[in-house]
Amino acid sequence: MTEPRFEPGARIRVKADFPETRGPCHIRTPHYLRGREGAVERPLGAFPNPEDLAFARPAARIPLYHVRFDQPSLWNEGQAGDTVLVELYEHWLEPAA
Amino acid sequence: MAHAASPDSIALLERFTAALAARGIVTEDQIAAQIARTDRADPRIGAAMVARAWTDPDYLALMRRDGSAAAEAMGVSMAGAPPLGVLEDRPGLHHLVVCTLCSCYPRAVLGYPPHWYKSAAYRARAVRDPRGVLAEWGTTLPEATQIRVVDSTADYRWMVLPERPAGTEGWDADRLASLVTRDALVGTRLPRP
Amino acid sequence: MTDDPPGATPDIPPAATHDIGGLPRFRCTPVEPDDEAPPDDFGKRVDALRQLLAQRGLMTVDELRRGVEAIPEAEYHAIGYYERWLRSITGLMAEKGVVLPEELRP
Repeated sequence: MTEPRFEPGARIRVKADFPETRGPCHIRTPHYLRGREGAVERPLGAFPNPEDLAFARPAARIPLYHVRFDQPSLWNEGQAGDTVLVELYEHWLEPAA
Repeated sequence: MAHAASPDSIALLERFTAALAARGIVTEDQIAAQIARTDRADPRIGAAMVARAWTDPDYLALMRRDGSAAAEAMGVSMAGAPPLGVLEDRPGLHHLVVCTLCSCYPRAVLGYPPHWYKSAAYRARAVRDPRGVLAEWGTTLPEATQIRVVDSTADYRWMVLPERPAGTEGWDADRLASLVTRDALVGTRLPRP
Repeated sequence: MTDDPPGATPDIPPAATHDIGGLPRFRCTPVEPDDEAPPDDFGKRVDALRQLLAQRGLMTVDELRRGVEAIPEAEYHAIGYYERWLRSITGLMAEKGVVLPEELRP
């Protein structure tokens, strides 16, 4: 399944998951974004899941997105209008309520 | 400061390369050839891309559409390299690239990352206090300009396409390229005539 | 926790050692924009090995990162960038049986 599920502009939430508490892992979703809401900027194609590549396991291709976050609300500081743009894999994203 | 390798690390590298050479996996000649290939990548490539985009609308369109193809059009082999993405600044929007998790960097068009890009301070602070980080370069943006920090977390590598500075009307691409520093391609400085 | 003050965030597990975006402990650490030095010979050799071993299908960049991320925190911040890489690469190659652990020991 490599067709992107989310379209540009879609509001998403990054899963509040912490696999690093469950043992060895390799994840490319920064800690500071877990549980945060953002908006899909655009899909970036599909790439083999790094969480499997890191352990030399067969890796399914997963849609990757550029997702935009409001920067001040991540930190409760900063300048209004500033943003953070991050590449995130689809299995870390869920529709924002 | 960049950290000099410890004697233990240098000895480990020697033992490791000897073990690889003994098996014919990697030879000294191959290491030297690989270093020479890597040394050829240089920020002047990224600077030439930017200058061409400033002077050639067709090339600008290509760069917007496909950064890797735009690099190939400058003679860079992108085979095996991660896809190159281009972040186009415009009036009111400035991009700054960081990799908070490691140090992903568009090496094909910028060469080795500088030490500061790999430092914990840059990686930790750029996403949280971008204006404070820019101030360390003496870079201040107009209050109305929004900063977009790009955390390079995954499969792409990102370079900034800065705005062409005022006062460069009539300049040719070579002269324009001389304004585009490595820092301007990461977004910590602005090109200035 | 019933005695949490109003508005307190629920407990969030700490970030992994390498996952430092926004970490307050570096808030006052200067970035040193003038630190321009290219990698030294050690760094260039480790970098070349990383590329050559990847070209031979013996490791991916994701495996390199996994090995770097496994370095204990005190060491992670105490050793150099390419020393982290060497630690990861040698560990991976021993793990895969490409080299023997005893060949890497003094």
